[in-house]
Amino acid sequence: MAVLTEEQSLLRDMARSWAQEQSPVKAFRQLRDKGAEGWDPERWQSIAEMGWTGIVIPEEHGGADFGFLGLGLVLEETARTLTASPLAASALAASSALVLGGSAEQQARWLPGIAGGDVIATLAVDDGPRHCPEDIHCVARQVDGGWLLNGEKAFVAEGGSAELLVIAARCESGPALFLVEADNPGLTRSPRRMADARNYAALALENLKVPDAALLGKAGDPELLDAVLDRARIGAAAEMLGLATQAFETTLEYLKTRVQFDTILARFQALQHRMAKQFTEIELLRSCVESALLAIDNNDPELPLLASLAKATACDTLHLVSREMVQLHGGIGMTDEHDAGFYIKRARSLENAWGNASFHRDRYASLSGY
Amino acid sequence: MNDLAAPLQEEANTAFRQEVREWLAANFPSELANQDNTLATIEGNAALSPPAEKWKTAMGEKGWGTPTWPAEYGGGGLNRKQTKILQEEMAAIGAWNPIGGMGVMMLGPTLLEFASEEQKHQHIPPICRGEIRWCQGYSEPGAGSDLAALQMRAEDKGDHYLVNGQKTWTSGGQWADWCFALVRTDTRHKHEGISFVLVDMKTPGIEVRPIQLISGTSSFCETFFTDVKVPKENLVGEENRGWHIGKRLLQHERTNLSGGNRGGRSGGSLHKIALKYLDLDSAGRLVDKDLRTRITRFEMRQRAFRLTAGRVMEAVKGGAPAAASSILKNVGAEMTQERAELSLEIMGMQGLGWEGEGFTPQELMGTRSWLWGKAVSIYGGSAEIQNNVIAKRILGMEGEPG
Repeated sequence: MAVLTEEQSLLRDMARSWAQEQSPVKAFRQLRDKGAEGWDPERWQSIAEMGWTGIVIPEEHGGADFGFLGLGLVLEETARTLTASPLAASALAASSALVLGGSAEQQARWLPGIAGGDVIATLAVDDGPRHCPEDIHCVARQVDGGWLLNGEKAFVAEGGSAELLVIAARCESGPALFLVEADNPGLTRSPRRMADARNYAALALENLKVPDAALLGKAGDPELLDAVLDRARIGAAAEMLGLATQAFETTLEYLKTRVQFDTILARFQALQHRMAKQFTEIELLRSCVESALLAIDNNDPELPLLASLAKATACDTLHLVSREMVQLHGGIGMTDEHDAGFYIKRARSLENAWGNASFHRDRYASLSGY
Repeated sequence: MNDLAAPLQEEANTAFRQEVREWLAANFPSELANQDNTLATIEGNAALSPPAEKWKTAMGEKGWGTPTWPAEYGGGGLNRKQTKILQEEMAAIGAWNPIGGMGVMMLGPTLLEFASEEQKHQHIPPICRGEIRWCQGYSEPGAGSDLAALQMRAEDKGDHYLVNGQKTWTSGGQWADWCFALVRTDTRHKHEGISFVLVDMKTPGIEVRPIQLISGTSSFCETFFTDVKVPKENLVGEENRGWHIGKRLLQHERTNLSGGNRGGRSGGSLHKIALKYLDLDSAGRLVDKDLRTRITRFEMRQRAFRLTAGRVMEAVKGGAPAAASSILKNVGAEMTQERAELSLEIMGMQGLGWEGEGFTPQELMGTRSWLWGKAVSIYGGSAEIQNNVIAKRILGMEGEPG
């Protein structure tokens, strides 16, 4: 754990007890069983009331301007219990796009609603099943008084519930980000039911018309897209740290209670060493995630490098821990009745989000100059 | 620190930085820049060059080789901020710390915590000046991972102990002036029968035999004790209470041995070596894609390791126990070994030279370091023992069915 300020510690403790008491895994299970839309409006309301939706939004727009480390701590704690909220998509990814690239008018129009939780926003970058921001096919063509967008966006997290979509498209000079409202007649949203039972949508953009005022920053600016993506990546890594920590602790608890051969499983050295290995990986991951969150708050020039380090490490670590969770629970871990399945399913979704381990290793190497 | 004091403190730090800079300019021979040789420090007994000798003397007298130790025992007496300033200024000009070895890494901190005033005044100042080489008398042929099974006997003979038995894996034993050793003063109790003593290696009855290693070097010895008289004043702490002192020393050892505390950082970045030996494609990437991936994996993991070491330091400063410290030894050892293996792979046959013509000194050193490095996951508590410690002490994986 990084050395936290008193306010940051309080925030983390508050998030932890809220998640454990008000949003336990049982709540996610009920949501899934109901066949709901993959997000939990009731708990979203509580999250908004506690102000977590505005943690990185400036005070003048109704936020707390409390920093990404703070938001990361909340994401870690809520992810531990699989809280099905659009916090990462709305309060982190889409908010970052507006804070970094938005004009005064755009910020005043959208940020207060996002900070208050009344507006759910999301970020839509990839056209296909793999993260590939260098190769966006969705096109934006400048027309009279605005832009015409054509193409597709795939597996957009919270895509079904979002009222505002920040959509990446390619214009003549490079990538650009546009603010698109969900009721735009050129937009068709189709739900995608995924293994993790969360809210995803495919977007079809057909001659989707937006005014000039919908363009974020300037057209063809790859730096804005990169900066927004790095924040989204680090947010996902913070969630993955929470998932890995909980998956590990649940497994450890099981090994301490399950008796075979007249003793608890925790006494077998073969299992002890596998747990020691996972513990080691999670401690390394924690260092990477915290450093990356701090790098955003400190405007560290190494931010892109640390973002890729955090996301790649999160992918590898959570992958290992979620597999071990199922294996070390034995048969019970294969049953739907047990929570292990929830963790391995959510793990794979987040591993794919904003670049998997090999994407970020390649990026880390390129950024390092080899 | 309150707001009024902060600017004053800032001013004092700036003045200290200036002082350090001037002192280094006057005392660090510039031809020694970046000439630090960890392997020689750990393994060798090569005579120092005259400038290196001069540098060592200057740092020793200044106490800055052991910057945080109390000045009354010859240390630098610096606070953490000052130490950081010193390290930054040294790094800026490629200066390195010539004071090291087991006295600095392990024994000094242990003596500061447990020794009597007389013992501290006798033994710590020579460590600060780098005058005395210490070796460690812990392992025995029958007591490796199960260290408390040690049998070397120390019989009470009134004013002295009569010591008989054998130690092994005594690093640098053939060059050491003194030895800190765990001895058995009570045969009825395992852990509570062990004492911690300091032994002058010139005492009659001590015989040291170097063990040749796979690296071709002989940094470890077998040390035989036959009727060796150790004065009672060389007992540290109480008789039969040496186990917890000895274990405390191992904690210092583990912190310092996280791969020489460098986690495979010595020798520069791996991808720079790769750029020297391997071909690039038109996009400037290593042609061997698989190797590029594995080098990247290594560099990323090394970064994660360094971030974790930094996090542990921060937590210690804040007075909080850091569970993460338990992982540093294993990950550091893994980094050291992985770096050496990848270097070999990058260099191909050129990385396997043993001696003679056709190889650069760095290449020959690389071969020896690679082989010697296999020790880092064995000594100071093997990787397996470290995993036992993590599982039992940190994760609580023991006890009876609940």
